[in-house]
Amino acid sequence: MDFARLVFVIAAKDLRAEIRTKEAINASAAFALVILLLFSFAFDLDPDTNREIASGLLWLVFAFAGTLLLNRSFARELPNDCLDALVAAPVPPSALFLGKALANYVLLLAIEMLSLVVFGIFYNVRWTAQFGELMVVLALGTWALTIMGTIFSALTVNIRLREVMLPVLIYPFLVPALMSAIQLTLELMAGRPIGRDKVAWLEMLLGFNVIYTAVSVVLAEHVLVG
Amino acid sequence: MNAVAVEGVWKYYGDFPALRDIQLQAQPGSCLALIGRNGAGKTTLLRIIAGFNRPGKGKILIFGKEPRETETRRNLGFIGHGISVYDELSALENLTLYAKLYGLANPRRAAMEWLEQTGLERVRDGLVREFSRGMRQRLAVARAFLHNPSVLLLDEPFTALDDRAIAVLQRLLREGLAKGKTVVMSTHQLREALELATHVALLNRGAVAFEGPCTPEMVADPGLVYARYGEG
Repeated sequence: MDFARLVFVIAAKDLRAEIRTKEAINASAAFALVILLLFSFAFDLDPDTNREIASGLLWLVFAFAGTLLLNRSFARELPNDCLDALVAAPVPPSALFLGKALANYVLLLAIEMLSLVVFGIFYNVRWTAQFGELMVVLALGTWALTIMGTIFSALTVNIRLREVMLPVLIYPFLVPALMSAIQLTLELMAGRPIGRDKVAWLEMLLGFNVIYTAVSVVLAEHVLVG
Repeated sequence: MNAVAVEGVWKYYGDFPALRDIQLQAQPGSCLALIGRNGAGKTTLLRIIAGFNRPGKGKILIFGKEPRETETRRNLGFIGHGISVYDELSALENLTLYAKLYGLANPRRAAMEWLEQTGLERVRDGLVREFSRGMRQRLAVARAFLHNPSVLLLDEPFTALDDRAIAVLQRLLREGLAKGKTVVMSTHQLREALELATHVALLNRGAVAFEGPCTPEMVADPGLVYARYGEG
């Protein structure tokens, strides 16, 4: 119970700070919207092709926009050496890590929902046909992005080129999760529910989240204490 | 039992030994001043005592326990080079946040008490980014003392403090020492530090060159330890 309270205290602090400064969310949302708009102007595709590329385009936009957001997660603690005070506090590093991941998750989901609305308008794709299942896939895929981005944000926080290093480091790890999310979204964008032939992708996405969440929680102490 | 025990601590950065076989103890109610030239290893040692970094060899014990144990961290207060408060939160929000992280029974009340102690109660709802440097420093002091720690680790605590913040910090440290708290501070400001110190340790190139009680001669002539035991 105390652990959950600490996770929420950290998440609330990060969300409050981000809502006040809007540093990461403005950059990330602007990037996602600009990419979606540019692609819609660059290619004049028929509706069927639009549907086919939709899931890949969306998840790549989410991944790229996500790294802008996730980069700030631990970098936010650098001014005034706030990370020292957090590490010195009697807070389990795993609670600190999960609190930050939770705040990132909420912010990234908000950007994704905004992107989906813009995507629906500019690409003429009816993405609400399988709304419930799409939200489940979105929730799982976003957690995969968040958990990897947050742990690598902690790892790269003291590196000068962290803005470059974070995407370079996380994208290779994210390939299985992105593949799963893209395959599942492809079905849902076509208006079909997730069938038996696609359940393996869902299991892979779930497995990815369970494994990397567990590994990140275990490694949090080693990552945060040099 | 020692409040702080540093037992044979070594720390390497690559092949360079930043700390070499450091042995130090601080009793409850004592104030140990770590002095030494820039690069002597004072900050490295304090960060290892605080549990931010691990020693290469040796160990640190705070009241007989490892610094990374949750119970130990509850008893540690740290002031480093940064103020460790968030610019985008108000003074009250910052202290309430830390009070919650330390599990204090009434976080808001504890935060209000320390805002009063440091003379910041009138600006409690102001964002820290709008504060003057002196106000930010007093808030940092409030943050470090908020959870009533038994051991205070202070890295250059008087550097860049304004007169009011120095007075607040010295008063709080005197009161703390009188109540049996232990203070370990690294400093270049010998006069302010030696007025409070009960013991002095001189670090030279990562090793302890001198360690002993702070004598009236040292307080009268703060350069005495450097002259006797330092290099040049």
